[in-house]
Amino acid sequence: MHEGFYRSLYRIRRVEEEVAKVYPTDKIKSPIHLSIGQEAVAVGVCEALERRDVIFGTYRSHASYLAKGGDLRKMIAELFGKSTGCAKGKGGSMHLIDADAGVMGASAVVGTTIPQAVGYAYALKLQKKDAIVVNFFGDGACDEGAFHESLNFAALKKTPVIFICENNALAVHSHQQDRQAVLDICGRAAAYGIPAERIENNNAIQIHEQVHRAVQMLRSGKPGPFFFECMTYRWMEHVGPNRDFDAGYRSIADAQRWFQTDEVQRIGSLLRGDVRQTIEAEVDAEIRDAFDFAEASPFPADEELYTDMCEV
Amino acid sequence: MERILSYAEALLEATEQEMTRDSSVIVLGIGVDDFKGTWGTTKNLHLKFGPDRVFDTPLAEDGMTGFAVGAALAGLRPIHVHIRMDFLLLAMNQLINIAAKARYMYGGTVSVPLVVRSVIGRSWGQGAQHSQGLHALFAHVPGLKVVAPSTPFDAKGALIASIRDNDPVMFVEHRLIHFQKGHVPRDPYTVPLDRARILAVGTDVTLVGVSYMAVECLRARAHLSEVGINAEVIDPVSLAPLDMGTILSSVEKTGKLIVVDTAWTSCGVSAEIVARTAEHFQGMNIRVRRIGYEPVTCPTTKNLENLYYPNPQKIASAAYSMVHDNGSWAPTHTDPPEIVEFKGPF
Repeated sequence: MHEGFYRSLYRIRRVEEEVAKVYPTDKIKSPIHLSIGQEAVAVGVCEALERRDVIFGTYRSHASYLAKGGDLRKMIAELFGKSTGCAKGKGGSMHLIDADAGVMGASAVVGTTIPQAVGYAYALKLQKKDAIVVNFFGDGACDEGAFHESLNFAALKKTPVIFICENNALAVHSHQQDRQAVLDICGRAAAYGIPAERIENNNAIQIHEQVHRAVQMLRSGKPGPFFFECMTYRWMEHVGPNRDFDAGYRSIADAQRWFQTDEVQRIGSLLRGDVRQTIEAEVDAEIRDAFDFAEASPFPADEELYTDMCEV
Repeated sequence: MERILSYAEALLEATEQEMTRDSSVIVLGIGVDDFKGTWGTTKNLHLKFGPDRVFDTPLAEDGMTGFAVGAALAGLRPIHVHIRMDFLLLAMNQLINIAAKARYMYGGTVSVPLVVRSVIGRSWGQGAQHSQGLHALFAHVPGLKVVAPSTPFDAKGALIASIRDNDPVMFVEHRLIHFQKGHVPRDPYTVPLDRARILAVGTDVTLVGVSYMAVECLRARAHLSEVGINAEVIDPVSLAPLDMGTILSSVEKTGKLIVVDTAWTSCGVSAEIVARTAEHFQGMNIRVRRIGYEPVTCPTTKNLENLYYPNPQKIASAAYSMVHDNGSWAPTHTDPPEIVEFKGPF
């Protein structure tokens, strides 16, 4: 179990470190929102899912895309704007999609995918498909009207959806206490009759256990939805490849406890040394291959500008 | 033999036939399953197809539109019904940022087979926020089809085509057009979503009328015939994409174009049609004109409301003036039956 978790955590961390490293070269000519520090949530959740299950994400979705099994080559090619990207270079980092892996896309507009996840889950139930939907969003999205509209309707229709609030306590640069009168986001879900649990400490194993229980309930035909608020922390700036503890809105002292409980290191340390080294070597090679693939891939042909507007 | 249905009955029949044919079609919206059934257009569908496929929604347009987009991504074919087009302003993020763009921004990997029906709510003092024709907002955005047929025949055929279309379609109706009657074949059929329809052939002036304004243009044509003017009347049926070929061929013949929209003219569909016509006939002697709502907020009181909306007399006068070198003439004003007989509250 730990090996799988570590492979996924390490892979996401290393991919994003490489993205950050490449970014100043301008090979990636669009915004990137890195998940470094938050990988545990995506991994803990997605390890509880099957490939046929579906996730909807946010503009900070590198982690969930990869954790759910999204194609790494296609992701890096997408960031590079190449025709081999998961959206042919038309979507970029904020709109990663891999329908075969159940990654159903992400929006640049906060809170936008929440109702889509509910609708998708409703459709799966109506179609009697044995699959569930997970929706990732942040603490900022919980103030959007669509959050409340969607939670109410999901509860009303008992849709098989699991809401995952990745609470990093920051909406761009504003702190949760400056945006919300009551910090108990689970209470909002509970108000709609949705079982809601808060998971502290960014612990991938614990997140997995609790989400897995909800997944099993849905698989056995129990009504949804379920809600989890996963406390986590963003190490990097809101958008871009750098750290920004000198920007004034947060201090590195606040971050220390998150650095010290880094899940990538913690779970890695639970493995035998040679096992860990093998995983790291394999992942590093896969990442090199993906960046090489992206580099070598062509940009979309000019006529691609006009394709995919409607079915032809 | 003619089989006469109202526009509203044609919409109900189209929906019922498609729901029977394809179990992935669902209908949602405020009041779709109540005793009025969206003025009859969704009446009793919930009894026939069950509450899983036909259901009421909370007053939550943004969330419900996103819900419908999600269901469409999963392979359902939702028809999301709004009794007022004004309410779509609450759903613009989902419609414009997701529904219109999903196929493109995800590189062709997904589709959103969604139909959004909405009704322009003129008459009975509907006022500022229950009367707007906002179709140009959607026609402006690549990735959305916008259709607004004027006849019961095209209402049925275009709604079936919209439901079967694998991309989002904004299906625009007009409250007063629901009462129009006409021939509607019983068996399911489609009409293309990119073809205008010539409603009446003429030689002297081309009248293009959007939705209910096509009906008003036909009435204007009757007035004009009394003074020897033979107007051609075209219903664009689809506002995005626009079938300019049909319109340009007509203007080539008449040399005169009046576009009448059930909306404001500024930056609107009428402006678009006139602009494309002007671009096509540059340097040639063509006369063009737009007619639409007066450029103000819709007033509630009847006398101001009468001034606010285009009507057959205004259209006929404009056409006369164009044909007779700025000559002045106006037919006698009479309110059409759907306005005289209209009983509220809607």
